[in-house]
Amino acid sequence: MTTPAVTAPLLQVEDLTVQFPTPDGLITVVDHVSFTLDANRVLCIVGESGSGKSVTALSLVGLVQSRGGRVSAGSVKFRGTELVGQPEKALNRIRGRDIGFIFQEPMSSLNPAFTVGDQIAEVVRRHRRAGRKEAWARAVEMLDRVGIASAAQRAKDYPHRFSGGMRQRVMIALALACDPKLLIADEPTTALDVTIQARTLELLKTLQREQDMAVLFITHDLGVVADIADDVVVMYASQVVEHAPVRDLFRRPQHPYTAGLLAAMPQSALENGSPLVGIPGVVPQPHRLPSGCRFHPRCTHAQAGRCTSEPVELRRLDGGLVRCVRSEELRDPAPVPGAPAPIEGVAVQ
Amino acid sequence: MTSRPELQAEVLQPTGTGPEDTEAPATPSTFVRRFRRNKVGVAALALLVVVVLLAVFAPWIAPHDPNQGELSRALEGPSGEYWFGTDDLGRDVLSRLIHASRVSLVAAALATGVALLIGLPLGLISGYFGGWVDNVIMRFNDALMSFPALILAVVIVGLLGPSLTNAMLAIGIVYAPRIMRVVRGSALSVREEVYVLSARATGCGAPRIIGGHVLPNILSPLVVQTTIMLGLTILAEAGLSFLGLGVQPPTASWGSILGRAFPYMGRTPTTVIVAGLTISVVVLAFNLLGDAFRDSLGRERRDQ
Amino acid sequence: MTTTPGAGAPKLRVEDLEVTFDVGRGKKLHAVDGVSFHVDEGETLGLVGESGSGKSTTGMAVLRLTEPTAGRVHLGDTEVTGLRSRRMRPLRKRMQIVFQDPYSSLDPSMTIGQQLDEPLKVHTSLSKDERRARVDEALDTVKLSTRYTTRYPNEFSGGQRQRIAIARAMILDPELVVLDEPVSALDVSTQSQIVNLLLGIQEQARTSFLFIAHDLAVVRLVSDRTAVMYLGQLVETGPSARVYDAPAHPYTAALNSAIPIPDPDRQRTRDRIVLGGDQPSPLNPPSGCRFRTRCPFAMPVCAEEVPPQHPLEGGGYAACHLHTHGPELRGGSVLQLVEGGHLTTPLVSR
Repeated sequence: MTTPAVTAPLLQVEDLTVQFPTPDGLITVVDHVSFTLDANRVLCIVGESGSGKSVTALSLVGLVQSRGGRVSAGSVKFRGTELVGQPEKALNRIRGRDIGFIFQEPMSSLNPAFTVGDQIAEVVRRHRRAGRKEAWARAVEMLDRVGIASAAQRAKDYPHRFSGGMRQRVMIALALACDPKLLIADEPTTALDVTIQARTLELLKTLQREQDMAVLFITHDLGVVADIADDVVVMYASQVVEHAPVRDLFRRPQHPYTAGLLAAMPQSALENGSPLVGIPGVVPQPHRLPSGCRFHPRCTHAQAGRCTSEPVELRRLDGGLVRCVRSEELRDPAPVPGAPAPIEGVAVQ
Repeated sequence: MTSRPELQAEVLQPTGTGPEDTEAPATPSTFVRRFRRNKVGVAALALLVVVVLLAVFAPWIAPHDPNQGELSRALEGPSGEYWFGTDDLGRDVLSRLIHASRVSLVAAALATGVALLIGLPLGLISGYFGGWVDNVIMRFNDALMSFPALILAVVIVGLLGPSLTNAMLAIGIVYAPRIMRVVRGSALSVREEVYVLSARATGCGAPRIIGGHVLPNILSPLVVQTTIMLGLTILAEAGLSFLGLGVQPPTASWGSILGRAFPYMGRTPTTVIVAGLTISVVVLAFNLLGDAFRDSLGRERRDQ
Repeated sequence: MTTTPGAGAPKLRVEDLEVTFDVGRGKKLHAVDGVSFHVDEGETLGLVGESGSGKSTTGMAVLRLTEPTAGRVHLGDTEVTGLRSRRMRPLRKRMQIVFQDPYSSLDPSMTIGQQLDEPLKVHTSLSKDERRARVDEALDTVKLSTRYTTRYPNEFSGGQRQRIAIARAMILDPELVVLDEPVSALDVSTQSQIVNLLLGIQEQARTSFLFIAHDLAVVRLVSDRTAVMYLGQLVETGPSARVYDAPAHPYTAALNSAIPIPDPDRQRTRDRIVLGGDQPSPLNPPSGCRFRTRCPFAMPVCAEEVPPQHPLEGGGYAACHLHTHGPELRGGSVLQLVEGGHLTTPLVSR
């Protein structure tokens, strides 16, 4: 046993692999995913539905087991402590105290039978051994902090008295009540209206700075990524396909899938005055993955042989990681005749 | 490999939505696949198929004439000749049981059919239209359900006279509300589905929507309920016949055999045990089959 | 989209549409409160708003899938409102709808072929073979293989299902299609496929689209004109490019600000209007301007007077006092107030 180094990253995920049993056999939903998250940083995992991004987040603290999933390989170290294989009891101490959670559905994440103040106070009392009064005061303080007007009054209200946006702010208050060092936010703004989303993101950014915490933010929306991320992991078909600092990713996406996602955004088409470019085809199912590069059937740059037979490894490139054998040549401005949008130029200047 | 996006889009493969697909309503092929994996369900179905075959081929299978007995050999215990012994008139119990399965099954089908005939249309109308129509139908339903089923059946038989058909008619009427409730409840939720709205937007009239969209989507609970009801009506028929209100001698049903053997339980317990077991096992098989159907048909996908 | 709207009368004309729901205890919810607009032949009108704005109810009321409480709807020369249901059904052939959620809008118990065949069965007297040819043609239009007619919806992904829903809506060659958030439930990459598909279909069929969405950027891409809705009323209308680039109502500007730019540097430094407060209950809308409780530029007059529709250059209007009071924008963009710092509350980031 060695004591963890002082410089150990806050969260270190290595080769995390999660499998689910289905009628068609065992499927791998998260496939050797690795990343590190340092204190006070915001890491976004971006991907489409079925990419494995949410399962990745849930499996970090043992929340996939109840849904039938199993972490079959890999390690998750939080402040140097291995979390994979920890008993439920130990994880329970960490969840809610050191690691806070916000989910997509603010409606179903709160218990309708208790006031929001009680629900926050309960978490505080469980994790901090705080007294009744002290915990309640903390609940009111947190509600005030997330911008709920007359918090002392509103703490006595039941969840159904709050609108969708307010409920999500209550969830944030709940998640941050114990000053966690890490906040895992799984599509927290997807179910919200656009103007409410904008304000919720502002709030999260402010709180992240004020509370000195790291955020692992799961989203399908690259616009949100541009707004909040320091670093970005792009997932496709259970794998990481690109990992880069946010500015690099938007300025020069190295993977055709990232470039495709960017080009598919209506905002990109509007900024460039170009028509909307879609990614053809559909995300493959985990039990029917294509050979070679998993993106090749949808990739306009795929080459027979090079992209279709051998699995593609994640490799280092320009300070980031990419899972594509053609990244360098695709940067070459000479466009292939007849090929749609070259990989550069879809990024926004 | 640089085919144009449009061309690629044309060769899109249908893809399910992954793991949660097991919760989706079953298509015929997935239903068969799931059902075959359900061992209890397959066993129950096999047993019921055997019972039906016995009923269909009763005259060829039964070793003796069910209605001819030798009084001198009345109330004998099991022997090589009479496997399950004889009854008070010296008739072979096994042969009577085999022939009785015809009566019991037909009676159950008849009663369930009557229940469906009344319950299904009323439930569909009640659930789809709602409003005052629903109110009227449901109050009638409540009234019917507030009577103890067997007592109500006894009253109806008392009015119409004791015969198997009347008894089954009575049981069908008594059980109709169960079907109605299941159908109405399912129709109520299907009515709110977007595809029903979509059918309205297409210009479909109420009959087409009810027949084409609502009915097929409530089949799962309906099939389950019908299967379980076949068991229930067998039980009800047995009860009425036990009391002498159902099948009339010399024809036998499982219930009447049980009823007839009951006073002689001390001398020939085999008859009571075998007849009772037959009823219980068949009813249980119907229940298990219903459960297996429920599991294999899948639940309705919840709204996203 | 660069289709020139057809000359003559508009394809769809909606006047003073109102939809009121009885919510019990004598309370009435005005989901749609006096909305008027028109859609020309081959034109797309984008109807933008957030949840509770009444945009979807408007779409449903136009098709009379929800009964309008007041107002008139004309499809071509036919007045839709007030038709008895017997007369209404043949009219459904001319107007169709695509719903948001492709998982619930297809009947799980019917094969794809049956779903596409149904409208033809109801409205045409075509033979079985002719109908099959039309079904194949419709699948072809949405770029799905005709082999799929015997499959069930649960074998398809969301994007594929939405293609099927579009094929079903288009199979009778309708004059008007209401698209109720047709891409919001889909992934980004699928979203763009569907948007492009719709644009292509419209170019060919010259159908009029009422495109309902919450995303101003998508609406800007697909619509010729845009109408913005807030709490049951239209607050701004006009050509999509103008509405997007130079919003004349603070709410439109806020919607615009809420769409992140896919560029981290610019996204984090740009002038934005981030709205405070929550949307008030439509049961009890604010007096005067309904947006004033969340408006960063609210003035005393906003609580007292209902803002008139101020006509804008290039068509359309904005229902906002800022054009005649305070900074007197006179039809200009609200965004200049953000740069100029004319704020009543410090709710603008940067």
